[in-house]
Formats: sequence, structure tokens, C-alpha cells
Amino acid sequence: MVQKASPRSPVFMDCLLAFLFGGAICTLGQAIANLFMLMGLTLKDARTGVSIVLILLSATLTAFGVFDDIAKHAGAGTLVPITGFANSMVSPAMEFKSEGFVTGLGAKMFVVSGPVLVFGISASVIYGIILFIIGLFQG
Amino acid sequence: MKRLGKYTILFERCPAILGHAAVGGKKEAEGPLARDFDQTFLDSYLAQESWEKAESTLQTEAASLAIRKAGLEKQAVSMIFAGDLLNQCISSTFGLRNMEIPFLGQYGACSTMAQTLAMSAIMVESGAANYACAVTSSHFCTAERQFRTPLEYGSQRTPTAQWTATASGSAVLGMGRGIRVRHVTIGRIKDFGVTDVANMGAAMAPAAAQTLLDFFTDTATKPADYDRIYTGDLGEVGSSLLHELMQENGVKLENHQDCGLLLYDCALQDVHAGGSGCGCSASVLCGHILNRMERGDFKNILFMATGALMSTTSSQQGESIPGIAHLVHLQADS
Repeated sequence: MVQKASPRSPVFMDCLLAFLFGGAICTLGQAIANLFMLMGLTLKDARTGVSIVLILLSATLTAFGVFDDIAKHAGAGTLVPITGFANSMVSPAMEFKSEGFVTGLGAKMFVVSGPVLVFGISASVIYGIILFIIGLFQG
Repeated sequence: MKRLGKYTILFERCPAILGHAAVGGKKEAEGPLARDFDQTFLDSYLAQESWEKAESTLQTEAASLAIRKAGLEKQAVSMIFAGDLLNQCISSTFGLRNMEIPFLGQYGACSTMAQTLAMSAIMVESGAANYACAVTSSHFCTAERQFRTPLEYGSQRTPTAQWTATASGSAVLGMGRGIRVRHVTIGRIKDFGVTDVANMGAAMAPAAAQTLLDFFTDTATKPADYDRIYTGDLGEVGSSLLHELMQENGVKLENHQDCGLLLYDCALQDVHAGGSGCGCSASVLCGHILNRMERGDFKNILFMATGALMSTTSSQQGESIPGIAHLVHLQADS
């Protein structure tokens, strides 16, 4: 009964917008990488540069209160790339500043991104151990 | 004052609403009820340092205005019943700390306005208070950061989500003429098993249906006996569920309106399923509804505010959302 009365999220439209926005961000990233390489950076350094630029861009847009207006439409399109991660750190930092720098900003900064870090790092450790064990047998 | 049926209180002296006031934020000022607010603030901080202080200020303003409109001094008010959504009800305690009025904090989530109104009416009727004040508030920014994600976090809201109103409403009760409290039905907690915190309208609908049916049984009346039946913050989903649940019990609701759907233009203002929060039904009642009753648009109404009684902890632990609804029957003197 509840399900019948509750309108569902427009999944197709959400996916399409996420695809377009996500794609646009990736294209922008590639353009920045090409620009850096034209300026003489190696591929590895250019990729690092792209991350820095995109993080700066989304942090700035978050600070000006624009990011959430874009993300409202883009959904996973802005969430999945590195832009989402930057936003998830900057937005709580801004919000909890009112509770002080240590107990507010410092403590609450990871409130959204914390789980991603914990499980991301844990997964990479497990992956490393598996790789090490496989290496033992091959060696 | 005496008991009527199993759940209803019948008032004999019938306290009247002597003064009422509604204040709101920018989005509320842009909505269809803009002209019913006594005061609106375009700055979400209300010139304060934090949103919590801003919400407290909303409550100070609403209560002060209502007392002034009742033609009273603060010292004359015997008791104030106040509530909001924040932990330990800080908007009420900080907003009213300089008032010097005996204070009783209330929590009934979004149903708090009906709860404070009922308490005020009972106190005045019994003679325990000469004048009693009811006030509740909510603020979109304080509620978002307590219950959901940081404001600037880029996430999507589901179509069933409701928008917490930045508003406050207050009413001052005493013996006199005007719009009087005739009956009050205190609701029972009802859990429909809904766990989706983005669908609170659905969680509250069964409690609303239960209280409404209790009231009709106790008073031996039917929906058509009233000019309007107002619910607080069921939104689109909850309202359609309420109609369905009432229909199952053989009661057709044709004169029903929801405060959450009145406060905003849902399609234009991007509020999804409608408004919510203690301040939503409070400001719609103390602005729009009472104004219309005073203009003589209608005389006899039911006001039933509904609340979702969960916390972030209970939701994270997988608990379902219990609902509550209290009903106040208001009638204007002819």
C-alpha cells in the first residue's frame, strides 16, 4: 500500500543525466590532462594535475553553494568522480564550523567520506595481501 | 472539561485563541501563503551566527507577536508550551529563555503544534492557567544538518521526501470570545513498519487515520459535519494514504487539506512531496487557517498535526518509524 502510494524515482532520467554530467566531467579531465601534457608534463604528472584541478574546482563550487544545485540534477554523475569526494569533505567542514575548529570542523569533516576511506583502504590492504600471496607461489 | 468516549476531551468553558502569529523564511514568503505570515525573513540566518540561533529567533518572534496580538504583556502569560525538532528542544529553550514565562518543553515531532495547543487549552480550561501560550518552530537548515546530510552536500532527494519549513507559529489561549477549542483527541502511537526516513508521510498516515476515526467515534460525528479537516504535514504520499485508510473504514474525506501541501507550491518550489517540520503546521494554522476563520470563510474545523517519532539513532539501527497524531477541534463564535 505504501509502495503503491509512493512515487518512484525517475530512474531512466536519473541515469541519463548522471551519464551526461559524469561524461562531461571526465571529458573536462581529459582536456585538462592534454593541456598539461602540451605544457610539457609527463602522463603521470598530468593525471595528478587533473585530480588537483578537479578537487579545487568542486571544493570552490561547494564553497559558493553551487555544487549541490548541480548535483541535484546530476546525481551519480557528480558523486562518482573525484568531484563527489571533494564535495563530501568540504560540505561538512563548512557546516560544522559553527561547533568550533576542533570538535566541529576537524571532527565532522569525515562524517560523509569517512566510511569510503575506511572501507577503501581496508579493501586495498586485503588486495595487497592477496597479491603478495600469489606472488609467493609464482616466485 | 470531561472525557468523551475513549480518547476525546470535551471542553465546557472552551478557551479561545486570543492572539496568534506566524513567521517564516524566504521560501515560505515565496509560497502561496505568503500574505498570511505576520513576518517573513529573507536571510536564513536571521542576522544570527548559527542556524540554531536563527530558529530560536523565529520562536521568540512568533511567541512575542502572538502575546502582543492577544493584547497581553508577557508577565500575564501563566505558562508556555513550546517544542521543536532539535535535540533537547534547544530552539524552544534558547528562544524563550529571556521571556520569564513558566516553561514546559514538548516533543511530538511535527505533531507538536497540536500537542502544545491541546496542553494550553487543558490548562486554561482547568483554571491552572489564566493565559497559556503554544509555540513551535522548525528551520530547514537545522533539521537538514541534524537528520540528514550537510546542506552543501550534493545528493538527490527522492520524490517522497518532504521539505522542512523554516517557520514558527504561536497561539495564545485564554477565556474570551473568538475561535474556541471544543474538543481535543490525544493520539496513540501507531507503527506502520515504514523504515524509509525519506517517506515520513507514509509513516504518519495510519496514526492520522486512527486519531481521526477515534474522534468521529467519540463525538458521533462525521467529516461532513466540519467545514474543513486540516492535517499537518502528511504531504502528497501521506494524504493519499490517509484517504485510502479512511475509505477502508467506510469514511470518505472530501473536505481535507494538508498543511504541508498548502505552504508551498510543490511543483514550482521543488519541495517534492510537500512541507514538514513543527513550524509547517504551526505557521499554516496560526497564519492561514485562523485568518480564514476570522474572516468568516469557515467556522468549524479540525486541526490534526502528525509526527514521525524517530531519531537518527533509531533509523540507523534499522527501526521503523512510529507515527502520532493529535486532533484539536476549533469552532468560531457566531
